[in-house]
Amino acid sequence: MSTFLRVAELNAAYAATIDTDKLESWPDFFVSECLYKITSAENHRRGYAAGIVYADSQAMLRDRVTALRTANIYERQSYRHIIGLPVIGTTGPDGITAETPFLVARIMRDGRTDLFATGLYLDKIRDEAGGLRFIERLVVCDSGHFDTLLAIPL
Amino acid sequence: MTDTILLHPGTAPPLGWIGDITRVPYWVYRDQNLQKIEQERVFEGPVWNFLCLEDEIANPGDWRTTVVGQMPVVVSRGIGGSIAAFENRCAYRGALICLDNAGSGAKDFQCVYHAWRYDLCGKLKSVAFHHGVNGKGGMPPSFNVEDHGPRQLRVTTLNGLVFGTLSDQTPAIEDFIGPDLLARFNRILGDRKIEIIGRFTEVLPNNWKMYAENARDSYHASILHLFFATFKLNRLSQGGGLIVSPNGGCSVSETIAPTETDDKAYAGMRSVDDDYKLADPRLIDVVDEHPDRVRHQIVTVFPNFVLQKTQNAMALRFFTPNEVDRTNLEWIYFGYIDDPPDMRKRRLRHLNLAGPAGFVSMEDGCIGGFVERGIATADDKAAIVEMGGSGMETQTTRATEASVRGFWSLWRRMTGI
Repeated sequence: MSTFLRVAELNAAYAATIDTDKLESWPDFFVSECLYKITSAENHRRGYAAGIVYADSQAMLRDRVTALRTANIYERQSYRHIIGLPVIGTTGPDGITAETPFLVARIMRDGRTDLFATGLYLDKIRDEAGGLRFIERLVVCDSGHFDTLLAIPL
Repeated sequence: MTDTILLHPGTAPPLGWIGDITRVPYWVYRDQNLQKIEQERVFEGPVWNFLCLEDEIANPGDWRTTVVGQMPVVVSRGIGGSIAAFENRCAYRGALICLDNAGSGAKDFQCVYHAWRYDLCGKLKSVAFHHGVNGKGGMPPSFNVEDHGPRQLRVTTLNGLVFGTLSDQTPAIEDFIGPDLLARFNRILGDRKIEIIGRFTEVLPNNWKMYAENARDSYHASILHLFFATFKLNRLSQGGGLIVSPNGGCSVSETIAPTETDDKAYAGMRSVDDDYKLADPRLIDVVDEHPDRVRHQIVTVFPNFVLQKTQNAMALRFFTPNEVDRTNLEWIYFGYIDDPPDMRKRRLRHLNLAGPAGFVSMEDGCIGGFVERGIATADDKAAIVEMGGSGMETQTTRATEASVRGFWSLWRRMTGI
């Protein structure tokens, strides 16, 4: 299978995992020493290092899921990810780089559906025997505005 | 406490304020007419509105746009290095003068609509075709550019932060916040130069005053936010206290590092789960940077500014009314310019506690919306603000709402409601 198709398949599985509320499996898409960050295009352009979510280990992603399940208060909601086709950058021994646009609708418990976020995944992906996993996934949202709160990961 | 109803003639709201500041009538969060009154008497009144960081407009010709309440404002650095702030409204037809969030290298500002030109301080310099074309048209001889221009703000700085006011009556910011708050500003900002490391906007589904209360409400923090209590980042049984400024409107809430003694005060509450352990404890691996053992500090300045340090995460917040039930909450994350790389990384991790996705702050994003929906038909009812008594004095406990009462006391004095 081509790198393009493999990355597209990875993204499809990633979206399905989140959108079907299998969040406990979400950290498995990352290597143990990873970086997952949610930021905005303007922050990214300015080189600001902080994100609204900043996890530099897979364990920290697991902590986020645990907190969402047991600690944090937010109204019941779900996402529908529409992930576009990846643009593959480099492929080599250091991994694969890819840029992929996304769109996420948020469905609230009262039935309201909003376009919650759009943006670009900037990825570094490791090709291991077991498949592809993210070394780094920067979620660069087009807008720096977030409605009410962000609980479920993008 | 005595009743202090000071209604301005002719601007009486549909429902008054019954009783003292231990009861807050729900209509004050919902009344459309109140927005105009608050704009005039609070945001454009005798208060200091946060505008930007000095560093964001470091050089002559640098500028930023922001809002004072709902008033669009430009903040700029003049040729001589002084800071000016003025309404972002052309004196001719009222269009925005500056259209972007920020810029640099400006020699002057020109409105795109009719090319009226302003200097870096917002003073009108020239009018396109002032004298017409070929002797025809133009402005009348009686028209003087000196007589026109957008409203000017008086500007002050505090620890590298720029504040502005529209009122001649506003006391110096050091007097406005009082000596105790000044010391807390100095604690975080006094010694080391800061730099912005992130900037995000959280759009809250509630009136701006609910967030002003929330930031001052040390009673809710360890109850609503399980993360706080579980990791002993903030339990009311920990040391600390609440300081209220002499004018009532500003406050400091402080939480001291936990002691080793077991804490039974929270037994049975949802917000404490002693079995809950972090897989990666670096999320909260605090390093004390100050001589005190304060681990969590929230400083509020009336009407809409917050300075926060939680563990090693630092943030400024300011929030402005968008609509009566919509509030833009801006988060500015910062570190010190001379942060060693490991401390900077630590701040980035600890910032997971703050912001729209913060393990602690996330609930503050939705709680105002829950109240808005809860009070949908309760304009003639009132919230209870009686924890810690009925006064607004500094207390050695955080099981109090003295600073919330202080906010309302100053708000009522300014609005006359």
